[in-house]
Amino acid sequence: TMEERPNHQYKGVSTGTTILAVQFNGGVIIASDSRASMGGSYVSSKIINKLIQVHDRIFCCIAGSLADAQAVTKMAKFQLSFHSIQMESPPLVKAAASVLKELCYNNREDLQAGFITAGWDKKKGAQVYTVSMGGMLISQPFTIGGSGSTYIYGYADAKYKPDMSREECLQFTTNALALAIGRDNVSGGVAHLVVITEDGVEHVLIPGDKLPKFHDE
Amino acid sequence: MALSHVFESPVPGFNFENSTRNLLLEDALGEGKSNAPKPLKTGTTIAGVVCKDGVVLGADTRATSSEVVADKMCAKIHYIAPNIYCCGAGTAADTEKTTELLSSNLTIFSMNSGRNPRVVMAANILQNMLFRYHGAIGANLILGGVDCTGSHIYRVGPYGSMDKVPYLAMGSGDLAAMGVLEDRFKPRMEVLKEAKTLVRDAIRAGIMSDLGSGNNIDICVITSKGVDYIRPYQESEYKDNRQKKYKYKPGTTPVLCEKVVRLELELVHETVQKMETS
Repeated sequence: TMEERPNHQYKGVSTGTTILAVQFNGGVIIASDSRASMGGSYVSSKIINKLIQVHDRIFCCIAGSLADAQAVTKMAKFQLSFHSIQMESPPLVKAAASVLKELCYNNREDLQAGFITAGWDKKKGAQVYTVSMGGMLISQPFTIGGSGSTYIYGYADAKYKPDMSREECLQFTTNALALAIGRDNVSGGVAHLVVITEDGVEHVLIPGDKLPKFHDE
Repeated sequence: MALSHVFESPVPGFNFENSTRNLLLEDALGEGKSNAPKPLKTGTTIAGVVCKDGVVLGADTRATSSEVVADKMCAKIHYIAPNIYCCGAGTAADTEKTTELLSSNLTIFSMNSGRNPRVVMAANILQNMLFRYHGAIGANLILGGVDCTGSHIYRVGPYGSMDKVPYLAMGSGDLAAMGVLEDRFKPRMEVLKEAKTLVRDAIRAGIMSDLGSGNNIDICVITSKGVDYIRPYQESEYKDNRQKKYKYKPGTTPVLCEKVVRLELELVHETVQKMETS
């Protein structure tokens, strides 16, 4: 029953998850799994969307408490929209990450949500930022997050190359997600990938059974 | 905001006055002596399914207070708008009041904007409110309806998480109901033929497998043509037949004596005021 399932770590539905974002030559790919769990033993949603578009060329993916993450991204969407109207130009990816950071840091006692922000802007091109649960903000060429990320640190560090092509980057990201989903019980479902470049945003959805297999017999 | 709600956005943070008062009262009464009333939980099975031209919501009708059935014909499918209904599981008072508040706010919004409310707007308002209370409002809701963008079902959790899904079961009987839904759900089902039966069977599975759910099954069918709230859709097979009458004949209780006292009223002052009706 729902009442019996303990929610020790996260309040209510959590997105114990695998999320990652990787820069390539000319753009960035942001990716996540699609599982939402309650208490580590019940999958409350198999098809949840963790890639939230906060502006035309800026996406963020969420980890932690689903309620907290949705509330923060809604606030961020509003603030960025307002900011871009005032500036009369699209916001920088750094601005989006900063908005999330301010919300996470100022409310760090009450919130349990972490984010990866990735996107493209005219000033610096493709960028990836991590906003951790306590409100730390750092910029990296690629980053992985969520509970499933612990299983792919080795793979990511070994296989990442700067200035990859779009196809190489897609393959790298898909493999990383498949490996993490294969080992983490609270990650699963389908793989959502979003490719962001100057020209636009492209969604790629890979069903769970079509992900690459690694010695799965 | 121009399109304001009845419910004023309160000061940020939330108000713990009642919780502190309750703690003080319990301490004052002593260990084990407080008779604080237990919140009535609906121990429920609710389900919803999106089908070809509408949405079908279902619920059982039992409300429990610990091990006693407090209400055998409890209405768990709440009206939100002419095209939006909401099933509620969790604490009965919380689901009732939350949905009433939502319904009032949406009515005001409709009047102010001249537009029919959308299901996604209702879900967002619920999410904002429940998030503000950090889970203190124990309302697990299935929000379903049909609007100009199509038929939708949203799950809103007590901490303020929102999720759009094609089929859903919640409450203490959700695992049993989910089993039925997972097995037989197909996208774009025919409402009249398949969807109602599927939801009925899901609720029935919850009733049979969960002690907190039972009695009758309510079904609410929402399509673009209108709403069909069938209460009850199916009655419990285990209805009791009351043999005794509870009406007593006059004279059952003997009257020992009768006394009539006139109340003397004194007319002190009289004024007549003419109403302007021109």
